[in-house]
Amino acid sequence: MAQAHGIEAEGLVRTFKGGIRAVDGIDLRVEPGEIYGFLGPNGAGKSTTVHMLTTLLPPTSGTARVAGFDIVKEGPKVRTAIGAALQEAALDSLLTGREHLNLQCALHGIPRSERRARSQELLERVGLTLAADRKVGGYSGGMKRRLDLALALAHRPTILFLDEPTTGLDVQSRSALWGEVARLAREDGVTVFLTTQYLEEADALADRVGIIDHGHIVAEGTPAQLKAQIGRPTVEATPADGATPEAIARILERFGEPTGGSAKGVAVRLEHGVSDLAGIVRALDSEGIKLENLALHAPSLDDVFLAKTGRSLEGAEEEEAEVEA
Amino acid sequence: MSALAQVGYVARRSVLRTARQPANIIFPFVFPTALLAVTSAGLSPATKIPGFPSDSFLAFFLAFPFIQGALFATMNAGTDLARDIQSGFLNRLALTPLRGGALIVGQLGGIAVLAFIQNCYYLAVGLIVGVRLESGIVGGIVLIILATGVAIAFGALGAFFALRTGSGEAVQGLFPLLFVGLFLSSMNLPRNLIEADWFRTVATFNPISYLIEGLRSLIITGWDWEALGLAFGFAGLLAAAAMVLANWALQLRLTRT
Repeated sequence: MAQAHGIEAEGLVRTFKGGIRAVDGIDLRVEPGEIYGFLGPNGAGKSTTVHMLTTLLPPTSGTARVAGFDIVKEGPKVRTAIGAALQEAALDSLLTGREHLNLQCALHGIPRSERRARSQELLERVGLTLAADRKVGGYSGGMKRRLDLALALAHRPTILFLDEPTTGLDVQSRSALWGEVARLAREDGVTVFLTTQYLEEADALADRVGIIDHGHIVAEGTPAQLKAQIGRPTVEATPADGATPEAIARILERFGEPTGGSAKGVAVRLEHGVSDLAGIVRALDSEGIKLENLALHAPSLDDVFLAKTGRSLEGAEEEEAEVEA
Repeated sequence: MSALAQVGYVARRSVLRTARQPANIIFPFVFPTALLAVTSAGLSPATKIPGFPSDSFLAFFLAFPFIQGALFATMNAGTDLARDIQSGFLNRLALTPLRGGALIVGQLGGIAVLAFIQNCYYLAVGLIVGVRLESGIVGGIVLIILATGVAIAFGALGAFFALRTGSGEAVQGLFPLLFVGLFLSSMNLPRNLIEADWFRTVATFNPISYLIEGLRSLIITGWDWEALGLAFGFAGLLAAAAMVLANWALQLRLTRT
């Protein structure tokens, strides 16, 4: 399933009624066979971008090519090349899993003689063989998501769009879906455009990550590159009973600049990285300061988000929720 | 893939959906026949009004269930489409090569199958309770074709409302409105025997009157070409207009490029 084209977008804008610019000039490039994580809080513009790239929504301005086809001028060709599992698992609760797959295969023009085998293959692939002839209304959230993924793969697309595929799933279902998505990219060469609001999902799955906030891409790169932009790790010391945070802060400040920690702890970004840790322990010990906990934090994508937007991803979620309310 | 094949796939799903929702089947069968029984028992003395066109009110009123059944088609077609919009299933279909027109026609295909079965049932009930078809067996076939056409026309209207509003509740809100339209027609009395001027005027301008009168003519008159022409004409006009509107609403709803 190797392919020559991925996704390219230039200046993609989508404005809604009232002048709201949900997507405000996005440029991105996803290489063939790559898993691209599109990370951002609710309302950041992730789904609107996916709707435009999957041809469901025309852009207000800007251009994009998906699988080598223009999303505005060659919509039907784009749709032939892509598969998509959008935010809500859009299924018919009255049909069985197998009926869904048969319908999807039929509408994509897969010959009748191949349909049954293709449906069975996909059911096996997503682990729904036993539930294949049950109505979807009785499926769990994880089963619905897996069926959604199978439907998106029915016509063997070269590019797959997954819009928050694991939202609301338990850890086990999430992990199973991650495994399948990774396999699709690594073994079948499918290009995956994955939107998520979970940092660990982008970190675990994506080859490259684009961080979107208020319709803009504020950072882009591999998870390692993005974290490296933030640079050094932080260390956080939580005083045991009797020790004062001020005393700890005085010592830690010798090793780096203060940064946000938990309510009880004191944190600094280490000037020389992990190698400072031994010195910190010795300094605290020589002053006789007792600690409840000493933790080393490697930079996370949340740190990247914080550095680029001035907010943590979690805080941004709450802020967006307030705006929506 | 041909548009006809696409219509077939969507229609098959529509039939499956309908068959798996008992309420969608039971109500169109039970309510119209119950109303037929109650109304024809209560209004049977109306046959003694000079000029009443039949000596059996049951035969006169038998056209009613066909129209009420068609109104149920409006609701079923509309609420099914509205559910697809709300659940995002319409977007899933939009990502396939499915043509917009095939989606609407396919959806109505399912309605047509149910309506056909309903209409055979209403006719069978009428024949069992002693109604004699003045137009004979061929008239019975024409009756079922006309009534199924009316159901398709109303179904397209339901699809239009669903596509415009995206809400099953809005489609259900349409049902009482159409039901009022049914009562303000020549459903209970021939128009020339309606004494209240305003009612007679409303019934005369109400297209449902002509649909009922066409169906009724096959039962109590025989071959009344004028009544049949008007009924087929209005059904065709309504179907065409509703299909055009539904297709337009679909284009607005589906913004795919």
